Amino acid sequence: MHSTPSRPPGAGRTTARRGRLGALALIGAAMLLSGCTEPSFGAYKSVTSQGRSTFHLWQGFSIGAIVIGAFTLLLILWAALRFRARGNDETLPRQTQYHLPLEVTYTVIPILIVFALFAATVVVENKVTANPPPATVIRVYAFQWGWQFTYPSTNFATPTVGFSIRGQETNTPEMVMPQGENVRIILQSVDVVHGFYVRQFNFSRYALPGVQNIFTFNAQSTGTFFGQCTQLCGLYHSLMFFKVRVVTPAAYQQWLAAELAAAPITSSIAASASVRQQLDSGVPVKPAIGAGVN
Amino acid sequence: MTELIERPAADGGDVVVVDDHGGAGHDAHEHHGPSGLLKWLTTTDHKVIGLSYTVTSVLMLVIGGFLAELIRIQLATPNSTFVSLAEYNQLFTMHGSLMIYLFAGPFAFGGLANIIVPLQIGAPDMAFPRLNALSYWLYLSGSLIMLLGFVVAGGAADFGWVGYAPLSNALYSPGAGADLWIAALLLTGFSAIFTGVNLCATVFYLRAPGMTMFRMPIFTWNLLVVGILILLAFPVLTAGLVMLYCDRHFGTHIYTVHGGGVPVLWQHIFWFWGHPEVYILALPFFGMVTEVIAAFSKKPVFGYKGMIFATITIAALSLGVWAHHMFTTGVVLLPFFSIMSLLIAVPTGIKIFNWIGTMWGGKVRLETAMLFAIGFVITFLIGGLTGIYLASPPLDFFTHDTYFVVAHFHSVVLALVMGGMAGLYYWGPKVTGYRLNEPLGKIQFWLWFIGAQMMVVPQYILGLLGMPRRIAVYPNDPQWATLNQWATAGAILMGVSTLVFVVNFLYSWKRYPVGNNPWDAQTLEWFTTSPPPHHNYYSLPPIRSERPTWDYNHPDQRSLAHGHHEEPAPAGAPA
Repeated sequence: MHSTPSRPPGAGRTTARRGRLGALALIGAAMLLSGCTEPSFGAYKSVTSQGRSTFHLWQGFSIGAIVIGAFTLLLILWAALRFRARGNDETLPRQTQYHLPLEVTYTVIPILIVFALFAATVVVENKVTANPPPATVIRVYAFQWGWQFTYPSTNFATPTVGFSIRGQETNTPEMVMPQGENVRIILQSVDVVHGFYVRQFNFSRYALPGVQNIFTFNAQSTGTFFGQCTQLCGLYHSLMFFKVRVVTPAAYQQWLAAELAAAPITSSIAASASVRQQLDSGVPVKPAIGAGVN
Repeated sequence: MTELIERPAADGGDVVVVDDHGGAGHDAHEHHGPSGLLKWLTTTDHKVIGLSYTVTSVLMLVIGGFLAELIRIQLATPNSTFVSLAEYNQLFTMHGSLMIYLFAGPFAFGGLANIIVPLQIGAPDMAFPRLNALSYWLYLSGSLIMLLGFVVAGGAADFGWVGYAPLSNALYSPGAGADLWIAALLLTGFSAIFTGVNLCATVFYLRAPGMTMFRMPIFTWNLLVVGILILLAFPVLTAGLVMLYCDRHFGTHIYTVHGGGVPVLWQHIFWFWGHPEVYILALPFFGMVTEVIAAFSKKPVFGYKGMIFATITIAALSLGVWAHHMFTTGVVLLPFFSIMSLLIAVPTGIKIFNWIGTMWGGKVRLETAMLFAIGFVITFLIGGLTGIYLASPPLDFFTHDTYFVVAHFHSVVLALVMGGMAGLYYWGPKVTGYRLNEPLGKIQFWLWFIGAQMMVVPQYILGLLGMPRRIAVYPNDPQWATLNQWATAGAILMGVSTLVFVVNFLYSWKRYPVGNNPWDAQTLEWFTTSPPPHHNYYSLPPIRSERPTWDYNHPDQRSLAHGHHEEPAPAGAPA
């Protein structure tokens, strides 16, 4: 900046203030670097390998946002307070209107930052949306107001329904999946748009009528995780919960065998067969179980 | 307070008399037509129409704010039964609809723009005064029709302000409230389109001699760009709504899988309007804040041409980013919409740095209008930065439809309300001839500013914890409850702030008369009387830069481009 013709009182204190600011910034940086090696910035570190990548992207974006945000905020406050008119000072400031080098700088630097963010985004996005050959396929049907998780009988390649787990607002259904294996989810809605969201997987996807959304989870640890519908879908939207239980592959195979034995194809819920038939013919109808509440 | 600046007889150039009634014929025009209510009903004066728009839209803000308070009371406790699930869905649908369709847009491009744009370019009125009146009456009818939803059987529309198909079709939302919602949007949509036509025609054809495009104030520039965006975006929404209505009542299947339709088509159509709409809402407020910051820093707008370039870039990019609202549909091309959305950060950043540059080295006076403008910049910075996250598809996947998104756009729109308040405190004296009380204004500002942060910060955290939006109840979790209570407290502070504004308005009624230019502002509208006469100007100053009033009052204080180092003559010295 050019020197101002008349320095207002108090300008001499700036050096001391700048020193204090620098010290604060140093302390902040030290805390950031030493205190916690992996600050989460409020997000889940995620259970799936896909969600983990997303989490790292979140960290990168957050560091950038905090640095740029703090810098800009200080500039705003500095400009507003440092150049405050004092008392009855009626003199007029220099009427500076342009400073081309400065303007070019704050155009070019953000463009570079944007392309860096975009590059990181594309790398993570390709990881998160990739669909490698799966070990297990689970079909997820969303309906007003619940979920159905349909497992294949023997081979994921055949569309045969093995058995289904279904639940709605009064009984929360549970999707069981193996740890450390690629689990392919084929997501679809049978009525309105729903949102399939598992908090600790750092992932959500719409369940759309007439569209199959396919994505992959590879859970790195076992446990039970909370899921919920995120897209407004009508009266009981708030109560459309589900759970995801990740178990070891061995435990998964055991569970699968037990479920298959307990619920063979023939006795599998009639509604799910009718849902599938409707979907195949391209004419979705509301499953009987949801119709009564509407 | 700055005292009234008398027009000096300096050699700022000779004024051009444009209305030979002179000061003596001030009321001459008013005697021709009807008076009272009939005058208001039949008026085509842009200032009266603009005032009607402003009052109506602020009323919508108050009603929408009241609905928000009910929402926040419901969410203050887990498993709350303050309202039923059905009522809650109506509450947030109508809250969003009132704020977006009936407050933010009409307040900006129908209210302040209507009053200020003709004044800023030295025009006697809008280009099509009768069309302008039609715009207002369509807007008022639409607003009343939307509110009628609350009194019909089945209640108001309850599918969210975005009305996603197929939830909004006759099978899932059979009530009359949904039809009233569609009818209201059709009417207000046409109102907006007519206003867009009017703004473009006014700016292109009614500029005073000397007012070239690159001498127009930033506010007018932004409203021209908004006018163009309205013409590109609103007809798409209107067409989409007509198709939705046909789906509901005439047996078409445009948005239903049954019959071969495509539900996602609604989202494409809606957001093709919806994202430009974000900037149709935001750009006028950017303009207001730009004018306020320049006036209260006593400096020209820093990087004036860069500011215009940024506005045009934002508008152009905004037409190619709609699908960033649809990343989680799985049916859009992610990288394209991601980079387009990220790029919007660049011109927005230019604007923020230009606002800082305008204040830099100025004589900043923290009057209420300026406080609101600075509050806008800070809050908008937060909303803008969190918007950058949402432009990245993987990050959008886990924050989409959670309170993180709610917090993001509330940062933005609460900032816009601050920009609007800055505009009201700044231009109110020009429109009415009276200013508002300053201490009350400052109390109003601090309540709003603190309340806004107190509401959105917990909501960002709640979103990251996994609280979905539009849920009426959440399970009993002490952390969620505490965060929601902070948010509710913030919303209540903002409610109190609004009450302080109403009190200030009533208290200041005709109490503080002001002169033509109470802020020593720079642009043309401050040259005429407060309030301006029927056709706005008795005389015009020479227009040789983008701040003719300043040039006239301070002929020795011209804007300096980079590299010009000559010391300006001390103010008040004879030229």
